[in-house]
Amino acid sequence: MTAVAENEKILTPEIDAFIAKWIDKPGNLIMVLHRVQEEFGYIPRQAAFEVAAALDIPVAKIYGVITFYHFFKLTKPGKNRIAVCMGTACYLKGGQNLIDECERKLGVGLNTVTEDGEFSVEAVRCIGCCGLAPVVTVNGEVFGGVSNKQMVKIIEQFEDK
Amino acid sequence: MAYKNYILVCAGTACESSNGIALYEELEKELKAQGVDAEAQLVKTGCFGFCEQGPIVKILPDESFYVKVGPEHAKEIVSEHIIKGRKVEALLYDKGQKKSLQAAEIGFYQKQQRIVLRNCGVINPEYIDEYIAREGYAALEKVLFDMTPDQVVEELLAAGLRGRGGAGFPTGLKWKFTKNVDSDQKYIVCNADEGDPGAYMDRSTCEGDPHSVLEAMTIAGHTVGANQGYIYIRAEYPLAIKRLNNAIDQAREYGLLGDNILGTDFCFDIELRLGAGAFVCGEETALLASIEGKRGMPIPRPPFPAVKGLWGKPTVINNVETWANIPMILLKGSAWFSSIGTETTKGTKVFALTGKINNSGLIEVPMGTTLREIIYDIGGGISGDKKFKAAQTGGPSGGVITEEFLDTPIDYESLQSIGSMMGSGGMIVMDEDDCIVDVTKFYLEFTVDESCGKCAPCRIGGRTCYNILDKITKGQGSLEDIDTLKTLAQAMRKASLCGLGQTSPNPIMSTLHYFEDEYLAHINDKTCPAGKCKDLLTYTIIEDKCIGCTACARVCPVNCISGAVKEAHVIDQDQCIKCGQCFDKCKFDAILKG
Repeated sequence: MTAVAENEKILTPEIDAFIAKWIDKPGNLIMVLHRVQEEFGYIPRQAAFEVAAALDIPVAKIYGVITFYHFFKLTKPGKNRIAVCMGTACYLKGGQNLIDECERKLGVGLNTVTEDGEFSVEAVRCIGCCGLAPVVTVNGEVFGGVSNKQMVKIIEQFEDK
Repeated sequence: MAYKNYILVCAGTACESSNGIALYEELEKELKAQGVDAEAQLVKTGCFGFCEQGPIVKILPDESFYVKVGPEHAKEIVSEHIIKGRKVEALLYDKGQKKSLQAAEIGFYQKQQRIVLRNCGVINPEYIDEYIAREGYAALEKVLFDMTPDQVVEELLAAGLRGRGGAGFPTGLKWKFTKNVDSDQKYIVCNADEGDPGAYMDRSTCEGDPHSVLEAMTIAGHTVGANQGYIYIRAEYPLAIKRLNNAIDQAREYGLLGDNILGTDFCFDIELRLGAGAFVCGEETALLASIEGKRGMPIPRPPFPAVKGLWGKPTVINNVETWANIPMILLKGSAWFSSIGTETTKGTKVFALTGKINNSGLIEVPMGTTLREIIYDIGGGISGDKKFKAAQTGGPSGGVITEEFLDTPIDYESLQSIGSMMGSGGMIVMDEDDCIVDVTKFYLEFTVDESCGKCAPCRIGGRTCYNILDKITKGQGSLEDIDTLKTLAQAMRKASLCGLGQTSPNPIMSTLHYFEDEYLAHINDKTCPAGKCKDLLTYTIIEDKCIGCTACARVCPVNCISGAVKEAHVIDQDQCIKCGQCFDKCKFDAILKG
């Protein structure tokens, strides 16, 4: 990684405007990182450097924050993001089996992207739909009461999208 | 023209996920298409609590309660109910009885008392006027014009309200500490970082009644002399964030937030700060660090945040459920509130009732209700006629409650005395198929993952405990491991820096106390009595019982079951991944699990 100036800027004008709005507010870093991740799906290294420059915060501090919080990602997720809920209710009702099923179907483990970049699977903490356990979300769309068989169908449903 | 009917459609996260949005749109379309959109008003409400049966639709004034309603039912609801006044029987909760059960008559609601959730499922949370129509902001008005800050604190103390985040510290006392500190700047913080897996009380409150939180925070601002509030909420709750932001905008527009509230010289504003998935941020000092934009590491207390909190300034920090109680207490008075509940614990508690139970959902009961009432009367008992094993409260910091304690009236002290805790309100019911060692391992995996790593007892102790539990579930444990677990648990309790580390051994202590025999079965007999731990399980086909229907072979995801049609099948043990799908599929009890 070379210095920031040699790379083309990746923060969009919208993010710049967001930073401008928050720049004087104390404790703005996490809010800015949320905005960056909303745009890219993760925090690209280049973006972290640009945020550091914009907020005048050391890059090390930014990585300290990113790596502390589970929500922030350092790698690009798949085009279709499968999230299997592993809250207690979903765990009791077979969340782990769904993760195993995804692994079998897609050939990749947790937090890894399939070779074609189409899918990534992650385990998430309770999404608060415990009445529907076990729950899976794909790109934010919620599927409740999922069986192993349905898990396969759900993946197939997104295969060509 | 006044509406003849009101159609309330649940728009909580769970119902929206079960196609609730399409249902709402379809109802809207049908009302127009059938020409009755002037007669019936469609209202999007917060969570009714009965998530198991969602999406829920309730029609006023006759209080018809429809469950599991899909977009395909919209046409019939409009043509039958709205136009002809006839109930759609197929959608009623108790179809068998063929009579209309009103919500209040359904067992799920009968033993509930709704203070915190008073507006959830009643008002449209996106319109401030509906909140105001239900006495919203009347408490703020009373505080601004008719009460002194000291009176507010006294009222809260007299009411006996204790923090609903889990620890149960008297709320009035917290406010008093902050009020009495002399400082140029003070802050009000709402903890909506609901990290306990299996709990969603705060999310539903923020989604269903956001103004109750804003009103209470504003009251606190006036009482202790703060002008800025922050709501720290999980980024994983997009709907709650949207509704809170919308509510803040509307409150500002109405002069209920911002400068010169209700024409007085009191100024107060609220901003949202998003969490980023760190359970330790439920610990108040860690939460404050996170609002400051830093890693959410806790710091030793004292000084408590009430004296030295956000950016070193005195800060009142309460959780969502505590806040939502406050306007009602100030309106109805401390005597009313303290008449509900037990000797030591006043008011109600919201629980997210989940797990192996018939009626999963969000419930609110008076303190002092027994677990038996919650699980059997409200929850409708264990699903699938299985046997009750234990209820878990307090999440990763709590413990299990066994059958012998089902009649204990619930309050902070009683739960602690039986080795669990109130916690934030997750209540997970387990049946005979759940392995207690496996569940304990699950909680430890969670706390190990969530440990911030600052202090050694939590960082190293938690990991070691997890490794031991993992060994036991694989049948490699020894009797010494139990002693090591107990020693480590004691050390973590005493020496950890914050609540996360101090309470993370609770699941171990509690399950070892009540279910030691199950640990011993894993260690001595190398068996898992619940049949959950895969390494201790084998599935075999009983030759005499197998009729060769091939159902098991077809469902097996790794194709390890072989055999000709109408002949006994065989499982290849080397290939078997022990997923149990064949066991669930076999109709002839021909598969042996053990």
